Amino acid sequence: MADTANVEIDDKLLKKRLDKALFKNRSRAFLLVLPLLLFLLVAFIGPILYFLSHGFIDKTFAALMPQTTEALSEWDAVSDPTEEMFAAVVADMVVARKNKTIGRVATRVNRDKPGTRSLFTSSARKAAKLEAPFSESLPAVKKDWNDIEVWQAMKTASRQYTLGYYAAALDMKVNADGSFERQDEKRRIHMTLLLRTMQISFLVTVFCLALGYPVAYLLATLPARTSNLLLILVLLPFWTSILVRTTAWIAMLQAQGVVNDLLVFFGMTPDDARFSLIYNKTGTLIAMTHILLPFMVLPLYSVMKGIPPSYVRAAKSLGANNWTAFWRVYAPQTIPGIGAGALLVFIVAIGYYITPALVGGQDGTMISNIIDDHMRKSLNWNLAAALGGVLMVIVMVLYYVYDRIVGIDNMKLG
Amino acid sequence: MKRVTTVLAAGLAAAIGTVNAADTITIVSWGGAYTKSQVEAYHKPWIAQTGNFVVSEDYNGGLAEVKAQVDAGNVKWDLVDVELSDAVRGCDEGLLEEMDISALPDGDDGTPAAEDFLPGTYTDCAIGTIVWSTIYAYDASKMDSAPATIADFFDVDTFPGKRGIRKNPKANLEMALMADGVPAAEVYEVLGTEEGVERAFAKMDSIKDHVVWWEAGAQPPQLLADGEVVMTTAYNGRIFNAVASEDKPFEIVWDGQVWDLDLWVMPKGAPNKEAAMDFVKFSTDTKRLAAQASWISYGPVRKSSAPLVGSFHNKPDLDMGPQMPTAANNMKNALQNDFEFWADNQDQLNEQFNAWLAK
Repeated sequence: MADTANVEIDDKLLKKRLDKALFKNRSRAFLLVLPLLLFLLVAFIGPILYFLSHGFIDKTFAALMPQTTEALSEWDAVSDPTEEMFAAVVADMVVARKNKTIGRVATRVNRDKPGTRSLFTSSARKAAKLEAPFSESLPAVKKDWNDIEVWQAMKTASRQYTLGYYAAALDMKVNADGSFERQDEKRRIHMTLLLRTMQISFLVTVFCLALGYPVAYLLATLPARTSNLLLILVLLPFWTSILVRTTAWIAMLQAQGVVNDLLVFFGMTPDDARFSLIYNKTGTLIAMTHILLPFMVLPLYSVMKGIPPSYVRAAKSLGANNWTAFWRVYAPQTIPGIGAGALLVFIVAIGYYITPALVGGQDGTMISNIIDDHMRKSLNWNLAAALGGVLMVIVMVLYYVYDRIVGIDNMKLG
Repeated sequence: MKRVTTVLAAGLAAAIGTVNAADTITIVSWGGAYTKSQVEAYHKPWIAQTGNFVVSEDYNGGLAEVKAQVDAGNVKWDLVDVELSDAVRGCDEGLLEEMDISALPDGDDGTPAAEDFLPGTYTDCAIGTIVWSTIYAYDASKMDSAPATIADFFDVDTFPGKRGIRKNPKANLEMALMADGVPAAEVYEVLGTEEGVERAFAKMDSIKDHVVWWEAGAQPPQLLADGEVVMTTAYNGRIFNAVASEDKPFEIVWDGQVWDLDLWVMPKGAPNKEAAMDFVKFSTDTKRLAAQASWISYGPVRKSSAPLVGSFHNKPDLDMGPQMPTAANNMKNALQNDFEFWADNQDQLNEQFNAWLAK
């Protein structure tokens, strides 16, 4: 009886001690990864989430035109603007003019109703001198203030949380009453570019696989000395700047470039009808395939290196011909490498930016070039964030599909 | 970002020990032959005079970097060379420091700066330096007959071959309308209507399949030299420099030119305001503006500089006067870029242009 009690106490004690020791180990491990975790949070995940939030949140108008925002919130977007709304706009413009923020307001509204920028900047200049009733004095400065679309654009702009940018990223627009509608045909561009981005990325992945598979096979099967040399040939371009490799392709492929010169020399094309190999989709495909090739070769190589040659020999000794031995025995074992390489190439390609910008011309540019355009030229960072968000969702969906079909565990990076 | 340091001369000056506390200012401009003209005419003499340092950086225009630096409260740039529409927009958005024209030195003939500068060449936040122009140029050695009008640029039947065009609606839509027969004075009126925009894009459609698009100012002379295009739009100074310094057989067609200004602006919260302002005063005086015109064919914005404009810096018989966008002979059919039109319609036309490109 006493013995069992003792054992029970020991059991509890032991369990406690074990838990304590495990906890110690776990917290030690956690502390070890903590710096990396913090770094990722602060330098990677945080900024991405913050920037993506720009796609939903836009407080520009509400923050800089507070009275107008309040006055507009009660307006039904159909009836004529009231005197209070006019008075609020004038009062806000006086302050915004003084703080030099009127330009931001003007830019914001201009996105929804093009051509209104100067309406705001020039009216603001005179706002301080205006007298009531403002519903008469403000339109006297610029008659556009009688245009109900201007007020509707302001109402749209005054929403702090908006789906407008994500809608714009998918070639839709939000009306003042909150309904969605397809963008005018003249201004539809993002869907075209998203589809083209997917198409180019897919083709680049296929080309990389077609070119990279034999190379990786050679690397894995040749004697060490030769294969090391080959490996350096694969790695050397990998270490060269993308910019250098891209401009090298320009020199190679342009109308007066090496490739066309050779073709003309061998009489394969007349001098006045040289091929357009660059500044179009062809150029983007060639240059990107070359640049992304190592991302395919290296995972394939590391997988193939681990396949014992005895398997193929065994298959042959059991009566398989070369093709069957390769297709039924060797190729299935390389699927983890193919999966890793294809996923790497595709995901890097989908966000590719420098190469298409340099050699893409008009039909070889991709969605990231438009994102860049909104970052640097139109300064519409909200739309850039929304486009980035759409791209990220696409990548995650593809990742999920890949996981369902191939299985993410069935992937070997090296 | 390419970083060209012009600190050598400054290092010497500092080593001699004439100055105790040297400032280093960062000046951002468009690179290539243009930045070189500024380094030669402004930076080097200023460094020699003040013992300060200048770090020269290149960019491709636009306000994005300025906005990013100001919004983040981490401003690295002291002065930026911008186009007029960006100067106005940046000022409206509170991204730029104010600059007072009355702080600038009088012209050499005693005219106060505010009157010496050509009308519209300074704003509350920006001080102009040069008049530049978008023109088109061709390689004379590769053309059977010489194109002479803006309409010829859009005429691929009479003048077959590829065209180089900046990947941007600005100046292109104007040129398309002028080529379609709209007089320069009415271009912006027409472009302000939906039909006008349609008309401009329709004209662009007629050469779309023959276009090589460029983005950086240094590209068009290269495209011409490589034989990649037979004609290209370009900034006039870049073509001039290829001709003057590299003896390229390029010819400029001034008909239908679209001219614009470049101005100094200071991002809000620039780290070395005083030294930078001193540089602005120095670089925009009568002599310096005239000196820059001996390095590149961009016209000085001070009236008092015009008579001082001489010949190309290493070619005494190459008179710069007739090379300027503002020379009477070149202004016969010319259009000034309307910054207000572009400030109003830039976003929409950019979108439409991109959509048109992708079609």
